[in-house]
Amino acid sequence: MNWDWRVFLNDDGGGRTYLQWMFDAWGWTLSVAGASWVVAMVVGALVGTLRTLPNSPWLVKLANAWVELFRNIPLLVQIFIWYFVVPKIFPFMKGLPSFILVVFALGFFTSARIAEQFRAGIQALPRGQRYAGMAMGFTTAQTYRYVLLPMAFRIIIPPLTSESMNLLKNSSVAFAVSIAELTMFAMQAQEETSRGIEIYLAVTLVYAASAFAVNRICAFVEKRVQIPGTVIAGASGGGH
Amino acid sequence: MFGLDLSFLSWDIISKFVVKGFWFSIQLTIIATIGGIILGTILALMRLSGKNFLSAPAAIYVNGMRSVPLVMVILWFFLLVPAGFYAAIPGGANNRAEISAIITFVAFEAAYFSEIMRAGIQSISQGQVNAGRALGMTYSQNMKLIILPQAFRNMVPILLTQTIILFQDTSLVYAIGAYDLLKGFSTAGKIYGRPEEAYLLAAVVYFVMCFGLSYMVKRLQTKIAIIR
Repeated sequence: MNWDWRVFLNDDGGGRTYLQWMFDAWGWTLSVAGASWVVAMVVGALVGTLRTLPNSPWLVKLANAWVELFRNIPLLVQIFIWYFVVPKIFPFMKGLPSFILVVFALGFFTSARIAEQFRAGIQALPRGQRYAGMAMGFTTAQTYRYVLLPMAFRIIIPPLTSESMNLLKNSSVAFAVSIAELTMFAMQAQEETSRGIEIYLAVTLVYAASAFAVNRICAFVEKRVQIPGTVIAGASGGGH
Repeated sequence: MFGLDLSFLSWDIISKFVVKGFWFSIQLTIIATIGGIILGTILALMRLSGKNFLSAPAAIYVNGMRSVPLVMVILWFFLLVPAGFYAAIPGGANNRAEISAIITFVAFEAAYFSEIMRAGIQSISQGQVNAGRALGMTYSQNMKLIILPQAFRNMVPILLTQTIILFQDTSLVYAIGAYDLLKGFSTAGKIYGRPEEAYLLAAVVYFVMCFGLSYMVKRLQTKIAIIR
């Protein structure tokens, strides 16, 4: 196999090297993933919390419907819907750049998964926690704000970690609407240079490194917000 | 409604463009599930074998696959598998993307199925293993007759859930232009100048299938829970 890594120093025809192009693309990947992560966390936490409300059956149903809707349609199809169908139904969205549309698509898609984690986390808490809040005279909102959510959030950091890594990997689907992110770069640069192996290898490593970085950041957060007296899963060394 | 017109999608157009893609998506899902579970079980056994020369490569393979986006893996296989390979398969020269997609999905999903099977095997209590040993069974007899059947049964709901995710992921073969369900709809939409309606209908079809399947998995889960 004859590799030629100098391909990354070649000019792409627009005054930048392929290496620079790849870093620009990495920036796009991180921006898409980062912005979608914010959307997914905010919407996911809200929807997941709504699903556990005790006395609002309609809100629960609505939130459940949200999760089923965004979980049962492939991400690529959802991106196409945001890109083609939504602007047609809501004409004021016509001028929006595709970056925003992809962020909505990826963010809402992931929000369904994160909502599921939040629901599971809240329901995993002992019933006594909710009763304790009620006994203190807290309103439902206060019970959630001061008792349930701070506990639930910390319990679900491990699954949120893997959802965040999934989000980063899923941002690759944005190539379908021509966002200049890493996968798009890989496809275009491979075509232009015919050096597929080198290009794909570099892009794959950048993805793996980014996913690993997300993993480490989440592990750091998990450690920092650990509830005193509890054990972080996997930190004790051995299983069983 | 909303300037959308679904009337152009007659049965003629659907049977002409969509059905072929639909069958490919189903085929891909079934082959990748069966192949992925077999390969994944082998990988899980390798990881749990306690022998370094088996567990290390399996761990690298599984973790490597799981840290890379599926789209990249699809592109990798499409690029790397030599053209001569397709020529050797009957009808392969014309269906390069489709065959490449099948190989990719088996290889990729094996990593995810292997993690499920590993969890399933580890969920079997040590007493079962000891009971097998006490009966004089060899390691492979123990695995085949006692542990794997139980592990598999315990994991059936999770394996099926993964299959639903797999079915959704098959739409990503878009990256190499394989003709699947989504491609069927988008082709029809393009030819008749109605991409919006075509994508909307594709979403409905995917939703109905995935929602129905996950409902059935939920039912199955409660049934299995009662048996235990």
